[in-house]
Amino acid sequence: MADTISTAPLPQTDETFLDANEMVLNMGPQHPSTHGVLRVILKLDGEKVLGTECVIGYLHRGVEKIAENRTYQQFGPYVDRMDYVAAVSNGLGYCLAIEKLLDVEIPARAQAVRVALTELNRIASHLLWLGTHALDIGAITPVFLCFREREIILQIFEKYCGARLTTHAFRIGGLQYETYDVFEKDCIDFCDVMLGKIDEYEELLTTNRIWVGRTKGIGILNAADCKDYGVTGPVLRAAGVEWDLRRAQPYSGYENYEFDIPTRETGDTYDRYVVRMEEMRQSVRIIRQAVSDLPSGPIKGKVGKVIKPPPGEAYVSIEAPKGELGYYVVSDGSLNAYRLRVRPPSFVNLGALDKMCRGSLVADVVAIIGTIDIVLGEVDR
Amino acid sequence: MAEDEKPPEGPQSGSAEPAAPVEQNAPEKPAAPAAEKPAAAAEKPAEKPAPKPAAKKVVKKPAVMETAPWEDELSGRIKGLFGDRIGEPLTYREQDFVVADLDAVEELLAFLRDEEGFDYLVDLTAVDYPKKEKRFEVVWILYSFSKNTRVRVKALVAEGEKAPTASKLYSTSDWAEREVFDMFGIEFEGHPNMTRILMPDEWEGYPLRKDYGLIEQDEGWVRENLNIESAQ
Repeated sequence: MADTISTAPLPQTDETFLDANEMVLNMGPQHPSTHGVLRVILKLDGEKVLGTECVIGYLHRGVEKIAENRTYQQFGPYVDRMDYVAAVSNGLGYCLAIEKLLDVEIPARAQAVRVALTELNRIASHLLWLGTHALDIGAITPVFLCFREREIILQIFEKYCGARLTTHAFRIGGLQYETYDVFEKDCIDFCDVMLGKIDEYEELLTTNRIWVGRTKGIGILNAADCKDYGVTGPVLRAAGVEWDLRRAQPYSGYENYEFDIPTRETGDTYDRYVVRMEEMRQSVRIIRQAVSDLPSGPIKGKVGKVIKPPPGEAYVSIEAPKGELGYYVVSDGSLNAYRLRVRPPSFVNLGALDKMCRGSLVADVVAIIGTIDIVLGEVDR
Repeated sequence: MAEDEKPPEGPQSGSAEPAAPVEQNAPEKPAAPAAEKPAAAAEKPAEKPAPKPAAKKVVKKPAVMETAPWEDELSGRIKGLFGDRIGEPLTYREQDFVVADLDAVEELLAFLRDEEGFDYLVDLTAVDYPKKEKRFEVVWILYSFSKNTRVRVKALVAEGEKAPTASKLYSTSDWAEREVFDMFGIEFEGHPNMTRILMPDEWEGYPLRKDYGLIEQDEGWVRENLNIESAQ
């Protein structure tokens, strides 16, 4: 395995007793900081990383194969189980892809509720990332604070659809459930609380010397490399590219909301942290706009009970919390997708791990894995 | 009642019907519920027959997607450069794609990246059509940051044939090509590390091929590595 890493061997110096030799170190798959079952083989020179190789697939469940053997509606809940931290985003992308094939229009109310729930989920995903990422680097406190606020979001989900994590909140054509009585109030209350809490996290970390020392200049991926590796989401924005699918190719009515796309220059771990913190603030802004003026009307477009898209194919992608999440669906006009391909942001972003790790220290690898924000359920599918 | 009225809004299901690959069963099945429902609803018996003949006309057409020609400056430039090495540029649901000969793919990708600014390989995947002479369709999805558009490049690959690697152009394709190889068994010529990525290295068979059953598995591997008779 490890010998496939294409790093040139170090020059051997026989003259000195302290002969520097390459060492291969195995990390994972059972390792707390790999956020699941990720195995990374590190090639080291002392503490310096010469190259890495990821071994993935431990959570491979054949989601794409299952999609070919389930009807379009039956497959809905499966997508939640890929990026289970952002299940709502997965569901939104899937519904949009099938709706594109069906060519149906989604009522404004359904679109606004979708936006509100998706943005809540983005905050929940970022909170989980922040908590665990900080924990990896050695800051214990944030994880407790993050889970405290995440709980409010999960409770809103629970009140809305009965599930907290794998919500299956949306259906092809719109929504299954009307919002509950105080949905808007719950969202606004959460927004009021959240802004202060983000400041609280920032107070703990942004100028914290240890945090800055562990993240600044670590795992730099510049804009050109991001594009080359197909890396999207906060990682790309931290490298200075102002690109967000919600703005570039708006879906589900995102063109009606005002929000900024935060960017930074360097593209290191610290910048990605700053970008994600700002993204949470922007999500709060979007949620406020979405729920303060929820349009009335139906919550489901004109879709039959039997979903049979005409033969055709479409690629639809959304800005998931981790980057571009795309679905490439080929329909043969039957009840099942002929082929359904998921373009997972985590999988593609993880592909750049080697690039980001080379030249850094072993301890930084943990920070870099955390900063990419992967969910192995989505990497392996 | 209100729910019963939804299925009759059937031009949709009606037009989808012809596409069903099974020609005999498909028209029969919807016909039965369709006949019952008007009786139950007892409201729109007159409307019912109308969509059906229309649907039957379409049945005779092959089940293909209703594409339109893709005509803009970019497709013109591609056509001018590649001529008969590519098929007609098409568009479906406002998404443009072009089917290229396998030996033109590398050149076409390089042209799109260097001359047209498609600097981001969004995804690379494949679709299996076992009945076709060249059974695999490999799909490259490209995006241009400057133009904010996507283009799909497709190529047909026969069993055992090698597709050209794009790993020199886009680093993304390193893992993406490995996944296609893992799932379909399509090899990419010139890829630096053409090994499985999600399945175990010694696994036999390619799970996403259509002739690979849903519960099929490499039993030898399962017995040897998991110490159980079957993973099912």
